Amino acid sequence: MSDVSFVRTEMLPEQAPPASEVGAIGWIRHNLFSGWFNSILTLISLYAIYYVLSGVLPWVFQSVWNANSLNECREIMMATWGSTHGHACWAVINDRWLQLLFGFYPSHLYWRPIVALLLLLVALAPVLYSDRVPTKMLIFSAIYPFLMVWLMWGGTIWGPISAALGFVVGWGVYTLVSKQLSGLFGIILGVLASVVWWLVISSYFASAMASIIPIGIEAVQSRQFGGFMLAILLGVVAIGVSLPIGIVLALGRQSDLLIVKYLCVGFIEFIRGVPLITLLFVASLLLNLFLPPGTNFDIILRVMIMMTLFSAAYMAEVIRGGLAALPRGQYEGADSLGLNYWQAQRLIIMPQALKISIPGIVSTFIGIFKDTTLVSIIGLFDVIGLASAIRADTAWNGIYWELFAFIAALFFVVCFSMSRYSMYLERKLQTGHR
Amino acid sequence: MTTLTDPPKEQFRLSMLLYDTRYRSATIQVIALIGFMLLAAWIISNTIQNLEALGKPVEFGFFGESASYDINQRLLEYSSQDSHLRAAFIGLLNTLVVAVLGCITATIVGVLVGVLRLSNNWLVARIMTVYVEMFRNVPVLLWIVLAMAILIEGLPAPNAFRGDNPTATMDLFNSVAVTNRGVYIPEFLFSRSLGDIHLFGTSSIRFDVSLDLIAFLIVLGGSIFTMRKVSAWAAAKQEATGDRPKIWHIQLGILFVPMIILLAALGFHLGYPELKGFNFKGGTHMRNSLIALWLALSLYTAAFIAEIVRAGILAISKGQSEAAAALGLRPGRIMRLVILPQALRVIIPPMISNYLNLTKNSSLAIAVGYMDITGTLGGITMNQTGRELECVLLLMLVYLCISLSISAVMNWYNNRVKLVER
Amino acid sequence: MKKSVILGVATVAGLAAAAATAGTVDDVKARGKLNCGVTTGLVGFAAPDANGEWKGFDVAVCRAVAAAVLGDASAVEFVPTTGKTRFTALASGEIDMLARNTTWTFSRDVDLKFEFVGVNYYDGQGFMVPKALGVTSAKELDGATVCIQTGTTTELNLADFFRSNNISYEPVPIETNAEAQQQYLAGACDVYTTDASGLAATRATFENPGDHVLLPEIISKEPLGPLVRHGDHEWGDVVRWTLNALISAEELGVTSANIDELSSGAGDNPEVNRLLGTEGTLGEMLGLDADWAARAIKAGGNYGEVFAQNIGEETPIGLARGLNAQWTDGGLLYSPPFR
Repeated sequence: MSDVSFVRTEMLPEQAPPASEVGAIGWIRHNLFSGWFNSILTLISLYAIYYVLSGVLPWVFQSVWNANSLNECREIMMATWGSTHGHACWAVINDRWLQLLFGFYPSHLYWRPIVALLLLLVALAPVLYSDRVPTKMLIFSAIYPFLMVWLMWGGTIWGPISAALGFVVGWGVYTLVSKQLSGLFGIILGVLASVVWWLVISSYFASAMASIIPIGIEAVQSRQFGGFMLAILLGVVAIGVSLPIGIVLALGRQSDLLIVKYLCVGFIEFIRGVPLITLLFVASLLLNLFLPPGTNFDIILRVMIMMTLFSAAYMAEVIRGGLAALPRGQYEGADSLGLNYWQAQRLIIMPQALKISIPGIVSTFIGIFKDTTLVSIIGLFDVIGLASAIRADTAWNGIYWELFAFIAALFFVVCFSMSRYSMYLERKLQTGHR
Repeated sequence: MTTLTDPPKEQFRLSMLLYDTRYRSATIQVIALIGFMLLAAWIISNTIQNLEALGKPVEFGFFGESASYDINQRLLEYSSQDSHLRAAFIGLLNTLVVAVLGCITATIVGVLVGVLRLSNNWLVARIMTVYVEMFRNVPVLLWIVLAMAILIEGLPAPNAFRGDNPTATMDLFNSVAVTNRGVYIPEFLFSRSLGDIHLFGTSSIRFDVSLDLIAFLIVLGGSIFTMRKVSAWAAAKQEATGDRPKIWHIQLGILFVPMIILLAALGFHLGYPELKGFNFKGGTHMRNSLIALWLALSLYTAAFIAEIVRAGILAISKGQSEAAAALGLRPGRIMRLVILPQALRVIIPPMISNYLNLTKNSSLAIAVGYMDITGTLGGITMNQTGRELECVLLLMLVYLCISLSISAVMNWYNNRVKLVER
Repeated sequence: MKKSVILGVATVAGLAAAAATAGTVDDVKARGKLNCGVTTGLVGFAAPDANGEWKGFDVAVCRAVAAAVLGDASAVEFVPTTGKTRFTALASGEIDMLARNTTWTFSRDVDLKFEFVGVNYYDGQGFMVPKALGVTSAKELDGATVCIQTGTTTELNLADFFRSNNISYEPVPIETNAEAQQQYLAGACDVYTTDASGLAATRATFENPGDHVLLPEIISKEPLGPLVRHGDHEWGDVVRWTLNALISAEELGVTSANIDELSSGAGDNPEVNRLLGTEGTLGEMLGLDADWAARAIKAGGNYGEVFAQNIGEETPIGLARGLNAQWTDGGLLYSPPFR
């Protein structure tokens, strides 16, 4: 036997993979030029990107930030670059950005909408991060709506408090009566008591308390709301108020009670069948006709009402989806425990259905939020309405792209982050269930 | 011994309306109905009182009055002498035009983008993601306004086509003019035209139907019918002999020869747009407002459709196509017979609501001055006559009818697809 | 949990509903604020500035009325209205008066049940074309593309004009002046038509105003004026005579410079005395105090001063007085006497 072996006994040293398969080049080959078709697509895309960026970037960055009017802007552009084309005049944003954000809200009170927005995030925390935030925080969530109304509109603190007391009164009557008589009577009388409180007593109570213990902050007319703040406010109010209405509508649509069911279906399909703009026409032109003669409240509140009805219909469909996604066994389980309809809904069905619906609710919110721009068509000063008003100022007449670019960027940032959050939530909820 | 006794005869007591589950639901329903009717009665009586105070009784007589405004983009003839009702009808057709065009384009773009988002070309997939996110997260009103602005600023004015040294030229062998007033495309003309039939006399929904078009459709229908017969014959032959006869050239002949003969007989030619005076004359003029609205609506909706399509495709497990391939199906057939029927089931319901949204969003046409029904009935007519109640209610009714018909048609289609699949 | 927001809404609504019962004068006094409808923005006539303060020619009328009734020219809530919403807002009582360059027409006065209290600007619909087009008369515009603002009487006038001259045109309806301006400049329309004041104001903001000409034809009469609801004559009188006071003040030479001096005591001119309340009881007859007109004039000056400040030749808008000069100067402004 010789020690000649025809089989290699030692391992060859590992060789580096071919340069064309790894690293940047490999990645490019695999992802961009993996065939003639892909190569062509890549080249076309590259050209498209170059075309867009070469137009937009100089416009964005070779721009004027400090000027008092469009003419001044043009003069600066002429002096700097020798032409007025292809340069943005961001001076208009510099001049008016606070107005675009807050509308005509008094400037020394800007802290109030900001605080309201921050507190909104706090109030939403127990709902959105239920695993990390103590449940006790829900109490704050319940108080928040009243707090927000007070912060935004200002005035005496007794208004929101007396409105909140309506719920307390209703609850008190309910517990009292349901012990004495029956649950159903309790609900009816409780609701009646609340309604009586709100319609008859609350304003006297509020004004009496206000004269005894005057606590209040400067009142702000809702006419002064505007800009991006108005979009957020309309969106939050519409979604917040429409949530309970939507739950009721969704339950009504699923119920066995024929008349109730058809009333709910009729409402939902009607609202979903007409464009929002017609509902806004109703708010601006007809709502006063529908109310008793002499009733007159301002356009922002009327728009809020119509937006709420609008989003309630969509919300009902989202929640119906959540209800439908619950396994049948949950309903049967609740029945087998001997829970009645409302107990089952409150303890078993709704907590789960609402949790599943959160992504849907968020995307409804994004939709409503984007749709708030439509109020500019009926003459409210949201961002787009304000943009028109700014262009009607002699100083800025003729400016165009800068304002719309700014508005688009604002909406993009807010909506994009919300949609990302909703996707994250969807993933989280999915792992929670499987 | 035990004796069976009858259960005590129940007597109806008033409290049973509340406590007995048999009656309780009826009670609740009656209460709900009464509540609803009270609310409706309250609103109606308020409205009547308010209108009386304003001195504006509800009446629709103003629809017969002359509208006295002009509409530029229209499918049917209309002049400012026509009635408000006619103007509303023209507007309705305009709404339908942009809705149909938008839905078709949105579907095509949406499917394309949805597929490209799954492309293995990193750059293309990223660009498509950017497109989807950009369009989904900015309000559609803004897109409509921006689309209009881009068309106006980006395209040449008719002026630019003028003179010995024009800065802009017409496209496609001098047949299409793309200007910032709209696109002029060649129109179909017949030198030996059969004329028109006038339908509905002088009412406000009157329209003319070209007999040429009818003749064309009849011939086309006849050709298609014959083609079906031929392919049925071919199929029968295949069944009987196992050989499928070559029929594609026959089919093509059946389709085109009668059509060409008819067109020649009618003296068919194209009318090209020409620069005369201030504007291009001749050809079909698609106004910028229509194009901007159409583009913005379809690109916006396409972003949503792309997501739906992507989700639909991802929802089909890979095993399906692998199994189909294992059965020996060709890729085209795998798509048509296995993937698509299943994906459609996921895709169609959200698609319906996107079509509905597009149609409803077309009401934003007023932002670019496209005279849809919101612009005519809910715009100028309402302004000029001051009949807000009548106009808005009618407007809502019209949209409701459109939406309900779209959902009815799409639901019917959805059910059909479902049946095929199960 | 958020039901309460609607309650907040309802309470505020309830508070608002308490008003709007007695006459408008009393309502305004009780409220301490005048609700005045203006446009959502028209150069020179009404637009909010960077501080949210409204400025303009129509705005000045609102301020004068507020000064006359409430004694404070800043006690005005400006309610922006669109072409659609303006009449409903007035009819429903949401606003007390409308000063939104609204044309006084028969049907608005009679059919829509409003009361035009006067004219604060005599306007007419005109045409603007680029000079390069070489057009000298609107009758040469056969086949032209015309940009118009919707929601106004302009589109009706335009249809009438082209029909009566038997020439064709292509209307491009546009929602706002700013967009119309953009389309016109880009060449998307050959002609821009709107009120002549608007045309001049628009042209003034162009990069090269000299490249555009206004055609000589004025195809309509557009008397623009403030209006109030039909039937409330006391309030109508207040607004009407406030406007007349501004016009008379210019005629009588009362300006914001000399008004303090003139209203300190009765002077030589009896009409000035009556106007400024140093003689007679005109204010009392109107249900206001004696120096109501003096306050109205002090708010922004007399008609001529308001004009000069907002749209006059010294401003970028640069409108000449033209028809809006006093009758003594060959214009149409003619206030009934204060007697």
